[in-house]
Amino acid sequence: MPALDAFHLARLQFAFTVSFHIVFPAISIGLASFLAVLEGLWLKTGKEVYRDLFFFWSKIFAVGFGMGVVSGVVMSYEFGTNWSGFTNFAGSVTGPLLTYEVMTAFFLEAGFLGIMLFGWNRVGPKAHFGATLVVAIGTLISAFWILASNSWMQTPRGYAIENGRVVPTDWWAVVFNPSFPYRLAHMTIAAFIVAAFIVAACAAWHLLRGRRDAAVKKSFSMALWMLTLLTPVQILVGDAHGLNTRKYQPAKIAAIEGLWETEHGGTALNLVGWPDMRAERTRYAVSVPHLGSLILTHSWDGEIRGLKSFPPQDRPYSPIVFWSFRLMAGLGMLMLLLAVLGLLLRRGQRLYEARWFQRFVLCMGPSGLLALLAGWVTTEVGRQPWVVYGVLRTADAVAPLDARQVGSSLLIFVIVYFLVFGTGIYYMLRLMAKGPYPADGIGGQGREHPGLEHRPLARPADAIDD
Amino acid sequence: MHIDLPMVWAAIIGLGVFLYVMLDGDLGIGLIFPFFHEDRDREVMINTVAPVWDGNETWMVLGGAGLYAAFPVAYSVLLPAAYLPVVAMVCGLIFRGVAFEIRAKARRTRHLWDLAFIAGSALATFCQGLVLGTLLQGIAVRDGRFAGGAFDWFSPFSLFCGLGLLVTYAALGCGWLLIKTEGDLQRRMFALMKPLALALLAVIGVVSLWTVLGQPAVAQRWFSRANFLYFAPVPVLVLACVAGILHAVRHGLERRPFALTLALMFLGYSGLLISIFPHILPPSLDIWQASSPHSSQLFTLVGAVIILPIIVAYSGLSYWVFRGKVRHGDEGYH
Repeated sequence: MPALDAFHLARLQFAFTVSFHIVFPAISIGLASFLAVLEGLWLKTGKEVYRDLFFFWSKIFAVGFGMGVVSGVVMSYEFGTNWSGFTNFAGSVTGPLLTYEVMTAFFLEAGFLGIMLFGWNRVGPKAHFGATLVVAIGTLISAFWILASNSWMQTPRGYAIENGRVVPTDWWAVVFNPSFPYRLAHMTIAAFIVAAFIVAACAAWHLLRGRRDAAVKKSFSMALWMLTLLTPVQILVGDAHGLNTRKYQPAKIAAIEGLWETEHGGTALNLVGWPDMRAERTRYAVSVPHLGSLILTHSWDGEIRGLKSFPPQDRPYSPIVFWSFRLMAGLGMLMLLLAVLGLLLRRGQRLYEARWFQRFVLCMGPSGLLALLAGWVTTEVGRQPWVVYGVLRTADAVAPLDARQVGSSLLIFVIVYFLVFGTGIYYMLRLMAKGPYPADGIGGQGREHPGLEHRPLARPADAIDD
Repeated sequence: MHIDLPMVWAAIIGLGVFLYVMLDGDLGIGLIFPFFHEDRDREVMINTVAPVWDGNETWMVLGGAGLYAAFPVAYSVLLPAAYLPVVAMVCGLIFRGVAFEIRAKARRTRHLWDLAFIAGSALATFCQGLVLGTLLQGIAVRDGRFAGGAFDWFSPFSLFCGLGLLVTYAALGCGWLLIKTEGDLQRRMFALMKPLALALLAVIGVVSLWTVLGQPAVAQRWFSRANFLYFAPVPVLVLACVAGILHAVRHGLERRPFALTLALMFLGYSGLLISIFPHILPPSLDIWQASSPHSSQLFTLVGAVIILPIIVAYSGLSYWVFRGKVRHGDEGYH
């Protein structure tokens, strides 16, 4: 790679800001639905444990949501500041999709979040539940539009190019482009898994510290059911997504597998190895015959195109995607193991007592986020050297900037992000370490709640930094 | 029937930005924070907007996204032209947004979060003023790309616009707090409103003169004979509004200063639009040149026509749910 010029600094900046950003929406999407379920269960059953959990997790949700909003604002302006070539060329497609996201999701979330967090004593229980539900739906609508936009950049459809700019011709084809359904399903489930692991790990922490009250046990059990249900589904969806990618972005698959030659009569799978872009081969490869064909084509001798069948300037950088994909898939297998173990322990009535399992769950707490980030690195780096696949190269998308500008803004973002979001994440962890309040349930079935007199975040007796 | 979509979109974005500026009295609250030292006062002040600030900020995001969708050329020129102010603005918004969530939760470090709230609000406001100034003073464009230097935005005029916006938002925030507070705190707000109104008058005067004197095209627009008759009432109305605010402050009318400050903003804002229209980025890029394809503007407009009224309705609902005065230790608030 040449010395860091404006182009590479801009890429580095985008990778940095988007990686920080994606963490928070993923948590928000998962937690918002969890909160809606908790409040719904409370309304239905009247059991206080659900209400306690609702208030506990809504505090953490509020911090995460706020950080998602502000880190997202950075992203939308970055398109203009650093990637004006892209905005100029493809803004006619991605701009309207972003505007729809603002109109159908951001306003919905922001408008009802206030009622959800502050309105407990100002609106009736059903109306409050309605607000929580709307916020949860808003997060999902948001995912719909942003993934439509991203998927269009991966597998563009429904457009023509006139005077060097994209002109959308068929919006249905733009939104429902070939990779969109798979990406949407994969990402939404990933967000649910992220939140489930956070809830499970938080409960495991309190189980390990000796707590056995209803709130801790209930959240542990709910999160594990969620993981048992979703992990296998996610693996199947991921598999379908892989088949889709092989069809529409074969170079990405070749780079993920570190595959150079187009082999006939069945392709092996490299389990580990180091793809060498210059030597055009994968060093130290340990491979299993036919497994590549089996996974990627679902047949014994299906053909997979190797990287050598693409011109060198059109090849994604294989070493990164090779390993980021293996990290994601490996974590997926560990998650499946965890789900199965949880199921076995549950049958043996030892779920809340097996300390080794609780330690395992605690360690796996960040695994959802790690897998999600690894997955995004795979799909985004695997799209290179294109920003709009096959249409616009990343190098042509950058704004006319000099390296000092991009470098200094990158430096500012790094400092601000670590300072602000570091503190935010620290506070979220502190809140989790305190755990739900079992005592909150005392006082009967009323709607009054010690946590309600103030914003969930803001109980005076409840400072996070004392 | 032919609809001039770029005109419609210019109107929507103009309205979105105006709504943002109008609602962003909440930035102003951060600006007048330094005048109120007591923790309980600050808590009340921040609680008047805590349930709605997210929604307010979304109007700015809509302005940005709408510009991106309908006028991608303008978007891809303006942002590189105002690169550092935009970066600094979002940093300011980050600090104050996170301070909103964490301030009340912190004990030991609360004064630091107060500082983050004040500095973040001030930085975001000042930088918005810089961007506005950059736009008004004109941006060099060649072949639909920004063709100026990295520090073109740094000029006495844009710096003054930054200062002017600080005064504007502070006055709005103060007017808002007059409505939402009572007792001693409200009295002190009244005392602050008067100098802010006068400063606002000075700012509007200086920016108006500066644009007219600095840019012959603007002077031409305002002082050509036919236009002059139309526009002559504007300065008179500005003076009337300021006089109205001072009168309301003297007589303790708590709602009128906010309404009149909004009227002032509207006058100033429409004055700016008159000065540059139909350019979106003066001096050379007009709204038709900056437009995205017809299909993009139409597709987005369909959604906007249906959804924006609904948004206005439920945002109003949220304000209604949280209506009334905010008191210290209020239920349902911080």
